[in-house]
Amino acid sequence: MEGYEENDVTPAQPMDPNSVLVANNKALVTPGELIAKGVDFLPGGGTYKDAGEVRSKLLGIVRLRNDHLVSVVPLSGQYMPFSGDGVIGVVADVQISSWMVDVNAPYIAFLSLSEGVDEYVDLQKSDLTHYFDVGDVVYAKVLSVSKRKDVKLTMRDRVCRKLHGGNIMTITPAKVPRLIGKGGSMIELIKQHTGCHIIVGQNGLVWMKGEKEALAAEAVMMVERESHIDGLTDRITSFLTSQQG
Amino acid sequence: MMAEESKKLITGGRRIDGRALDEIRPMAARTGVIARANGSAQFAMGDTVAIAAVHGPREMHPKHMQDPVRAYLKYTYAMAPFATQDRVKPGPSRRSTEISDVSRQAFNSVVFLEEYPKTGIEVYVEVLQANASTRCAGINAASMALADAGIPMADLIASCSAGKVEGQIVLDVAGEEDTEGEVDLPIAYIPRRDEIALLQMDGLITLEEFKKALELAKQGCIKIHETLVDALKEKYRHIELSVSSARSEDKEDV
Repeated sequence: MEGYEENDVTPAQPMDPNSVLVANNKALVTPGELIAKGVDFLPGGGTYKDAGEVRSKLLGIVRLRNDHLVSVVPLSGQYMPFSGDGVIGVVADVQISSWMVDVNAPYIAFLSLSEGVDEYVDLQKSDLTHYFDVGDVVYAKVLSVSKRKDVKLTMRDRVCRKLHGGNIMTITPAKVPRLIGKGGSMIELIKQHTGCHIIVGQNGLVWMKGEKEALAAEAVMMVERESHIDGLTDRITSFLTSQQG
Repeated sequence: MMAEESKKLITGGRRIDGRALDEIRPMAARTGVIARANGSAQFAMGDTVAIAAVHGPREMHPKHMQDPVRAYLKYTYAMAPFATQDRVKPGPSRRSTEISDVSRQAFNSVVFLEEYPKTGIEVYVEVLQANASTRCAGINAASMALADAGIPMADLIASCSAGKVEGQIVLDVAGEEDTEGEVDLPIAYIPRRDEIALLQMDGLITLEEFKKALELAKQGCIKIHETLVDALKEKYRHIELSVSSARSEDKEDV
């Protein structure tokens, strides 16, 4: 997969003669499939170690982070909130001094008044729906995720704001890095060719607004479907160019 | 005497449907059959067809069943009213409740539930057509659907049945063998750990025969496991092929 080359390293000769890499880098693996054997290999994300063998937990693509760390990038699955992630959420409920936001995760996220609004709010007088109402779309940052999976959001960031109008589509959260591309190259490409405003949430929600929304959406779906195959940028470029005119 | 002869289920080492004693019915497996679910799959062995959909992990309902440290796996097995010759009464029954519960326990041994505290993972299995071993087909479909949904698992569970028909041990009991045979022994197996996740049996069998049947069922599960792995990879291979063929067409144009 392009976009990750800087991390990809061909494994050096293992230190331990009994350690073997069984599955290749970028190989498609299923849950339980053996990836590597021996003390030289450590289980990274999406893998587990059992009886000295690193096996996959998921249906995904093998990625060697360095000579020793083996991980599996999933091809599907739910978004798990992570502190610092920028996410797109839909306000699900307005409470006495907070909002509950649906961020397309197994857990509903909590946005407190102090993290949501930058001014003094007199709860006796004002109505919180004035700031965010049920159904409003927001781009927010994940402030923290506790061990018990209480997810807190914040709007205290330059990029965080309420999103007016536009359309939202959902992609597999695991494919978000591909949609953004190396240093934002892929999403820039789509923005340039379609002239749309596009915001990608780490949770797999993509907000877009502009005249060529349909074309942008088609390109996004193409990225999602073909993200695991080499040469994606070229295919997206030729697709967008062929659609213009 | 003649009538009994013609009813024989095994003649000359062949069964009524022409299979050898240790042969599984032809299998068909594919994933992604229900677009609205997080993961889905269909599995067929002979005339037995099961479809599975996985939703979640998502907020657990009813709330009192939420576990603060792990996910709760909900497994619902159901048979369509049109699945058999006689109409199956829709809705939960003693039989479906039992099958749901033993299947759920089987999956509890492979799914990494502690990665999603407080949530529920919902597995729905519907038998579309029944011709024996429906719980096995259901488990195989659910196994693929869970992987398709991106749920972390230690391994894919494979399931199949063995049985005793006219004193002989056979693999993958089907049709009349189920109703007329002596023993039906469905198992669910975790090949990479050599562990049994589900084992049920009805009928009378000697210990020796039981051991033989269990070994045969394990071998069957290993074959089914390969089919499941293939089906999961097939979805992505298919996309890869379509892309590479489009690419070579592009080259021909130049």
